[in-house]
Amino acid sequence: MLSPVIAAHLLTKKYKDFAAVDGISFEIAPGESFGFLGPNGAGKSTTLRMVGAVSTRTSGSLEILGLDPNEHGPEIRSQLGVVPQQDNLDMELRVRDNLIVYGRYFGINTSTCAAKADELLEFAQLSDRKKSRVDDLSGGMKRRLTIARSLMNDPRVLLLDEPTTGLDPQARHILWDRLFRLKEQGTTLVLTTHYMDEAEQLCDRIVVVDKGTIMAEGAPADLIRTYSTREVLELRFGSDNNATVATQVVGIGDRIEVLPDRILIYSNDGDSDLDRILAQGFTPITTLVRRSSLEDVFLRLTGRSLIE
Amino acid sequence: MTVAIETPSARAIAAGVKPRRYGSWYVAEHRIRGIRSYSKTLLFTAVGSPFMYLFALGVGLATLVDRHNGLGGTSYLAFVAPALIASAAVTAAVEECTYPILMGFKWNPIFFGMNAAPISGAQIVNGIFIAVLARLLPTTLIYYLVMLVFGAVPSPLGVLDIPIAVLTGMAFGLVIASYMATVEQDVGQPAFIQRFIIIPLFLFSGTFFPLTQMPIFLRWIGWISPLWHGTELGRVVSYGAVEPGWLTIVHVLYPLALCVYGWRRTQVVVTRRLNK
Repeated sequence: MLSPVIAAHLLTKKYKDFAAVDGISFEIAPGESFGFLGPNGAGKSTTLRMVGAVSTRTSGSLEILGLDPNEHGPEIRSQLGVVPQQDNLDMELRVRDNLIVYGRYFGINTSTCAAKADELLEFAQLSDRKKSRVDDLSGGMKRRLTIARSLMNDPRVLLLDEPTTGLDPQARHILWDRLFRLKEQGTTLVLTTHYMDEAEQLCDRIVVVDKGTIMAEGAPADLIRTYSTREVLELRFGSDNNATVATQVVGIGDRIEVLPDRILIYSNDGDSDLDRILAQGFTPITTLVRRSSLEDVFLRLTGRSLIE
Repeated sequence: MTVAIETPSARAIAAGVKPRRYGSWYVAEHRIRGIRSYSKTLLFTAVGSPFMYLFALGVGLATLVDRHNGLGGTSYLAFVAPALIASAAVTAAVEECTYPILMGFKWNPIFFGMNAAPISGAQIVNGIFIAVLARLLPTTLIYYLVMLVFGAVPSPLGVLDIPIAVLTGMAFGLVIASYMATVEQDVGQPAFIQRFIIIPLFLFSGTFFPLTQMPIFLRWIGWISPLWHGTELGRVVSYGAVEPGWLTIVHVLYPLALCVYGWRRTQVVVTRRLNK
């Protein structure tokens, strides 16, 4: 097996007494697309900042490209592309200049930077906006420009912190397409997200993180198989009746979960379970049989309470 | 024949050499591109401001002062000009050491972007300060040329007013930058600094009248102000103002010490903030 691009063992980051990342271990292979999935405050971004060699770990070991970020921060960062959660493009500069000044940080000469900037603006579908002010770009365009910027040094590893948060569906799909192309070219992608569809679309392997620890690890399909059933049957009986009906529907499905607005029955054959429920005389207002998703896994592992 | 196999770590180490060596200059280059976006305003100020001040004070007010021979033979124009060039440098330096620092962390957090590339916090600070220097040099050069046009520099040594003004500006700017780097919430600190630190020091640093004219209990404002030191030093080179030799040395060492303190302190604060 190829040596891992990133290897973390009992990686920990503490702020005074609070452990933002609490002893996590993982390895990421070259060319792999790896996702950190977790609610807000789970420690995803902190982990990514340590992997990005900008935040010093409190304890544990961490190697990126075989180097320790405590000793070789600039060297590691020379091989990374970083797309932060919050765009930090320079508003004083125009679109193309943003790429050129960033390329210079890697010691690339100005003329090579200029050529690379044009190539990446094409890739990011921003060629016609190269002289625009950054402020005049839409959210999706800024995000694509940030991705283009992160590619100025032909990174071996691309770190993306919630790359599509706040974007409309069209912008997300364009972005996914660009990221998928990079993956095809062999770039290692490491991303954090709380969008399940994004994780399913982009990641070969996922770790579910909550409260600074890893709750589960595996390919999206494996996680669904392990932590959920093949299908989920959703039934609505009205807010006042859901809880009562749930106590009466017994022996159907693997597991039943009652939410304020609906009942979820985790099942390997949703249609036949629905037929059995209807045959017992129950009359739901609406019914839905759907495939189990990563979201079901996520909510099971991290709970349904609101995290802010 | 041997084939060299480039390991990822060897490639990373090779790629880190240039950023480690020249990172500060890359940041300066970036910042100078930023300054260029408002270069027209800067040029207008750099040329307009010396004409305005020298005409108003060095010509207008001077007629009144010189009529009463208030400075014992020295023209008021020659007296006030070294103070004005130093003040211009201070104003420009403070501008470049307040907003860009606040912006880099807060409004438009480009420092985090630089640091995600191979640039360290210390290099970011170096680059910002190199860019401040790059703005101060033409600003003070233009000011000096206008002073020459007004005949405000009797001695050829007066050309040293340029580096003295730059040193004064940097001393002020770097200390203020070290404070601005700590600001997490913008509640109008730059405006406060301008109104309650820069303007009072501008007025009470022996700028328009000798510090000895001030009551003794207010003279300390001048003593701690790099502007007073820069102004007095400027007067020594510009028209041969007489003062004890040790004081001239203090006028050089004090702003230099502030520069070193401000520079190192800003590096420490910026590095700490980036490494959270």
